[in-house]
Amino acid sequence: MTNNKNNLYFTKDHEWVLVFESNVARVGITKYATEQLGDIVFVEVPELDSDVTIEEEMATVESVKSASEIFAPITGTITKVNDELEDSPELVNESPYESGWLAEIQFENEEELAQLMNQEAYENYVKELKEEEGQ
Amino acid sequence: MSESSNLNQTPLYGYYKENNVKMIDFGGWALPIHFTSIIEEHETVRTKAGLFDVSHMGEILIEGANATAYLNHLLTNNIASIQVNQAQYNAMCHPNGGTIDDLIVFKLSEEKYLMTPNAANKNKVWDWMNQHSQDNVTLKDLSTEMGLLALQGPKAEAILSKLSSIDLNKIQSYHFLPETTVAGISNVLIARTGYTGEDGFELYTSADQVEKLWHELLTAGTEEGIKPCGLGARDTLRLEAGLSLYGHELSDEITPLEGGIGFAVKTKKVDSFIGQEKLAEQRNHGLKRKIRGIELLDKGIAREGYPIYSEAGEEVGLVTSGTKSPTLNKSIGLVLIQDEYTTLGTTVYVGVRKKKIAAQITNTPFYKR
Repeated sequence: MTNNKNNLYFTKDHEWVLVFESNVARVGITKYATEQLGDIVFVEVPELDSDVTIEEEMATVESVKSASEIFAPITGTITKVNDELEDSPELVNESPYESGWLAEIQFENEEELAQLMNQEAYENYVKELKEEEGQ
Repeated sequence: MSESSNLNQTPLYGYYKENNVKMIDFGGWALPIHFTSIIEEHETVRTKAGLFDVSHMGEILIEGANATAYLNHLLTNNIASIQVNQAQYNAMCHPNGGTIDDLIVFKLSEEKYLMTPNAANKNKVWDWMNQHSQDNVTLKDLSTEMGLLALQGPKAEAILSKLSSIDLNKIQSYHFLPETTVAGISNVLIARTGYTGEDGFELYTSADQVEKLWHELLTAGTEEGIKPCGLGARDTLRLEAGLSLYGHELSDEITPLEGGIGFAVKTKKVDSFIGQEKLAEQRNHGLKRKIRGIELLDKGIAREGYPIYSEAGEEVGLVTSGTKSPTLNKSIGLVLIQDEYTTLGTTVYVGVRKKKIAAQITNTPFYKR
């Protein structure tokens, strides 16, 4: 995934979006997000073929302690979900950018991507957050 | 600057800062939710031993010729029935039966008791006790000068015995020894109590000795695989053990009978106590709602506040605590539910976001050692 830097975007809510073919994006949560959540024990992936809207609830990732909503980073239709997570939710902790992906979205409006951060901007954003936390 | 600097701090706060242990706001206290991972810490307590900083808990000393009668009037269990060096679990109630707090009472002598209220309730308890003051009873709030560490797990006794000359085997469950020496630290109260469903000890000592005791215990337990544990694991451990937690299963609006701690309510106690009439009435007429255990039959996790529905679709209760049990690998919870639905095996539905997930009323504790 690091080879596709130009196609990789991030949201302020710590989701990543990898655009890997025409208008299809794979979506997951970042390492920072997994560190904040702790041990992930359940993932409710979106329903296949359902429509999702940017910044609206799409999936839920649950740690031992709490349930966290995952918001759609882009508007579109769910074309694939990561079924592995049903039995192995810990993949999100272990490999947030690879086997811990959540879903794939077919999207129409490429302009929505412009609202997202690139890798460098996201890394700076996380750095600031960590400084605020005093870490 | 860290947010946690505005919060109350336990004696280990400096240690947490130095070691970059992430703290959260836990009822106004800066405490770690975990050191490494909740699941890892949970499993360590079930199989080896874990060490918890629970110094946020309150400590109130009750002294005087009328101490026993005074406490027996304020508390639901029978204080007159315990011996010196024995501890007892209790509820403190409003006249209407609602729970002010649940707490442990330690009988230090015939005229002297130590009581440990929940941190978030300490001021409420303190005020209540002062409002009901009696002659020949003095109260002292020792909460800031005392610290508390909980050493829990099957290896707890082996670890503590390395630091103490006392035959720990002689301290039975819900008993204690005051003024012992542990790792050269004097005046440590060793109680065989805990909140995890495992064997273990709670060690009360002066606040300025907590950090030393913490390090000594961690060092002594290296061989046994001891781990420092946060409040996240404490919560999953107590939930598996089916133990009620104030603010969840118990509250000012929930009586101890409803909240699953009826064993600590002696409605037939000879000395009258605040709430007795209402609680006796509730017990005699049957409870309208109760805390019960549930196990989810389908994928999902029940979280506090989620509604419980009957098969007919009527809302009949509420989840008070819920998690994915690390030991059982099942989704479990405690619910406050109408009495008609409390029979073991009854199917109910948990409203999880837009879905209703089937669950079954089950026996608690979910886990027993």
